[in-house]
Amino acid sequence: MKQFAFLVRRDLSLAFRQGMDSMMVVVFFVIAVVLFPLGVGPEPSTLARISSGVIWVAALLSAMLSLERLFQTDYEDGSLELLALSSLPLEVTVLAKVTAHWITTGLPLIVAAPVLAVLMQMESEGFLILIVALLLGTPSLSLIGAVGAALILGSRRGGVLLSLLVLPLYIPVLIFGVSAVDGAIGGYEFKAQLLILGGFFIGSLALTPWAGAAGLRQALE
Amino acid sequence: MADLHRFANPTRFLKLAGLIQPWALAVFLISATVGLYMAFFTAPADYQQGESARIMYVHVPASWMSMFCYTVMAVASAVSLIWKHPLADVSARATAPIGAAFTFLALATGSLWGKPMWGTWWVWDARLTSVLVLLFLHIGYMALQGAFDDRVRAAKASAILALVGFVNVPIIKFSVDWWNTLHQPASVVKMSGSSIHPSMLWPLLIMAIAFKAYYVWVLLVRMRQELVANKVRILRLKQVHGG
Amino acid sequence: MGEFLEMGGYAAFVWPAYGLSFGLLALLAWLSLKGLKDTQKMFDRLSADAEIDERKSDK
Repeated sequence: MKQFAFLVRRDLSLAFRQGMDSMMVVVFFVIAVVLFPLGVGPEPSTLARISSGVIWVAALLSAMLSLERLFQTDYEDGSLELLALSSLPLEVTVLAKVTAHWITTGLPLIVAAPVLAVLMQMESEGFLILIVALLLGTPSLSLIGAVGAALILGSRRGGVLLSLLVLPLYIPVLIFGVSAVDGAIGGYEFKAQLLILGGFFIGSLALTPWAGAAGLRQALE
Repeated sequence: MADLHRFANPTRFLKLAGLIQPWALAVFLISATVGLYMAFFTAPADYQQGESARIMYVHVPASWMSMFCYTVMAVASAVSLIWKHPLADVSARATAPIGAAFTFLALATGSLWGKPMWGTWWVWDARLTSVLVLLFLHIGYMALQGAFDDRVRAAKASAILALVGFVNVPIIKFSVDWWNTLHQPASVVKMSGSSIHPSMLWPLLIMAIAFKAYYVWVLLVRMRQELVANKVRILRLKQVHGG
Repeated sequence: MGEFLEMGGYAAFVWPAYGLSFGLLALLAWLSLKGLKDTQKMFDRLSADAEIDERKSDK
């Protein structure tokens, strides 16, 4: 546990030292959402109708943006090999990396989301559920993404390849995330969607560190 | 080097492949001929959809094959990860393009069927959508297989991906079904005719056999190609290091 | 015969579906066979080169 916390803190301090890098994800998130009113027109009812979907899709893309570097720098400078040799199981290492990734990308996205919801004319009934859904959904995105990030280590054309691998696997989170928010706005059922999102989170928490560690092991061979 | 030698000289496989291949080709040619004949001459036109229902005899077997190929890839990947059998990876790698082709055909023929039936080339129907995602999964697998210079790494990385993807297929299917019931397109004709008449079932099954035989034949050709390519790689390495 | 080709007015959908299917399958089969032949040729050439090299080094 101590080692886990140490790893998370190490990644966080690295991220903060680079400063701008983690800000960039949020800036991308905001710009991507802002493009939509410019694309489809400023009509409030249209924007309100698509707001939850647009915010979720932009969140998916932003969460993916910084994934490529999740293991890349450690892989290149050799510290990943040291981590693999240490007493800490590689699965826990993956989990620590994912936690740091979520804190630096998932959390800022959640903070920015309500502002974007206002810009997208979302009905205020949806705000709280949007935040809850993002809280439940974005960890799954980081977890699933970590598997993809481990698999592409050392490959050609990493970034584009990563999006090809990971985005189809994000579809369930997108569907239930949007559906929960739309449910809250439309005044119908949304608890089931949140429960399913939570289920995805628990499921990926149990399975992806394992797959991610397998991915790292084959990359280090 | 040791890893590459695992692939060298799978003589028994090649002998077996040589035995099976002509049979697979024969089964394909015969069942495709019979299947096509039945599809066009003995099967009745659908009372609602008329002659356009004949598209079913390529569409449905192609969609079966798309799922079948992905399953084969996942099983072969598991075998290659657990038992490290060299042929398992070769077969998974050789299956991917065939699976992608069948998945694409399922979508394209579905679209050609949908135009006269639903009045549009594409409907965000639950099945079409999940097959579309399946196509993405096939393409992602092929992209990862092609992204490494080192064959052993490509094999392991894509095997893990195939397994992760396979676990996700039912989840994606479930989500898409849920999503579709929320946004049910009004014009969709329900295709799930629970009681299909034997005169339509037989050509369907025979075409499915034809596609399976085709799969076996192309799979063996592609596996043989992969094995020769491995030998070429070993020769090249020898020339660089020993020559 | 003409009636058969018309497919009850659905000719524009039925025939492309079958044409595309068998066309793509034929293309994939051809590409696979061609890949096998090309790789085999490359192997033959390389192993012939290797033999020549060996003979040279024997002398």
